Amino acid sequence: MLESTLQLWEWLPVWLQILVKIGIIVLPLMGAVAYLTFAERKIIGFMQVRMGPNRVGPRGWLQPIADALKLMTKEVIVPTNASRFLFLIAPILTLTPALAAWAVIPFADGLVLADVDAALLYVLALTSMGVYGVIIAGWASNSKYAFLGALRSAAQIIAYEIAMGFALVGVLMAGGSLNLGKIVAAQSGGLAGWFMFPLLPLFVVYFISGVAETNRAPFDVAEGESEIVAGFHVEYSGMAFAVFFLAEYANMILIAALTAVLFVGGWQSPFYGSWLDALSTVPVVGWVFDHGIHWFLGKTALFLFCFLWFRATFPRYRYDQIMRLGWKVFLPITIVWLFVEGIAIAAGWQPWLA
Amino acid sequence: MLENYLPILIFLAVGVVIGGAALAAGMLIGSRRPNAAKDSPYECGFEAFEDARMKFDVRYYLVAILFIIFDLEIAFLFPWAVVLDEIGLAGFAAMGIFLLILVVGFIYEWKKGALEWE
Repeated sequence: MLESTLQLWEWLPVWLQILVKIGIIVLPLMGAVAYLTFAERKIIGFMQVRMGPNRVGPRGWLQPIADALKLMTKEVIVPTNASRFLFLIAPILTLTPALAAWAVIPFADGLVLADVDAALLYVLALTSMGVYGVIIAGWASNSKYAFLGALRSAAQIIAYEIAMGFALVGVLMAGGSLNLGKIVAAQSGGLAGWFMFPLLPLFVVYFISGVAETNRAPFDVAEGESEIVAGFHVEYSGMAFAVFFLAEYANMILIAALTAVLFVGGWQSPFYGSWLDALSTVPVVGWVFDHGIHWFLGKTALFLFCFLWFRATFPRYRYDQIMRLGWKVFLPITIVWLFVEGIAIAAGWQPWLA
Repeated sequence: MLENYLPILIFLAVGVVIGGAALAAGMLIGSRRPNAAKDSPYECGFEAFEDARMKFDVRYYLVAILFIIFDLEIAFLFPWAVVLDEIGLAGFAAMGIFLLILVVGFIYEWKKGALEWE
């Protein structure tokens, strides 16, 4: 049975094999996005001492499905003054990079769709693409709120992109490769090997910049309801809005996964030592303690929880405060830390050259 | 080597198709009953006073220019960071001088108030 399945797999043309693999990545991702929206409402609900959604299905588990169906049957309004083509292309332009960046994320040792050496460069390029969708949406809507929201959002995204890029350079210096799989491999040796500790300032800067990049609270002035209604997607409805929503949440998951890969060792288990080898023969416990995709998923989920936690905890920043934080705090911190790290590496000090 | 990039190309195409299919499904399944009020731009219930593509604060433009400078710098740093182990102190010093020049420019911007938002 297994033999014949494998033969069938080999017999398929390459592009079909790749399509199947993409499906294996994208479908769970879509499910994760759907249930992330549910988790968000539930978790924030509990943090605010209320129930959250609990009507659709047992304990509200079918809520995301109901939301999707509802959005699907709603009218897609294209305003009369809008540039029709750009208006419709903008959500696609936002969603595509948020999905395609997953091609290079290593889920476990060797478990990656495209094992390319320029992976990090590719990720940086794709996450930068997202800003086009925002700008085009705001411009094409021909509405003042959308326009102002798009300007704010774009300025914020590119401001934090700088800090993010510098943090990535720090990871590169420590990891010595642009290949995400090799970066994870460089963080072997249990908890002590993770870049999170020698690169602590960069780790903090990267994650906070990630929150700002995805326009999440407390950096969500781009859609600040109380000032500019919904920002750049105020004119979008139905599925057009749903695609933006999908892209935002896919981006959140992407940022969480990248943080897990770059700073806390991806699929690597935090445990290390000779006692682990003895343990690995024990059926279930050995598997749990060993390296594997479950560590990657667990770390990603942890960072996603932080996203939701931030939203429930912090009041929204003022716009000038956001720009000050990006340019005047994060940028100097990263530059200084790159100097420190560079000196340490050039002089051959250990923590970065494990 | 280059065939490793094929999945990426296909994935990009799949991304476009998913977005496009979702939009198309929404437009096909969803109702379409346009009227003048519904299709006008949202402006708190007013008629839109003028074209929304108005003049905007020059600061946004300034931020974009600053972004280009620093993003280029990051692009320079990427290959350097990968081979830092091999090029040692000489390589580090070269990039240090380059970064120092940029930091001087950054301090100048800061003092000139290009980073202020009030």
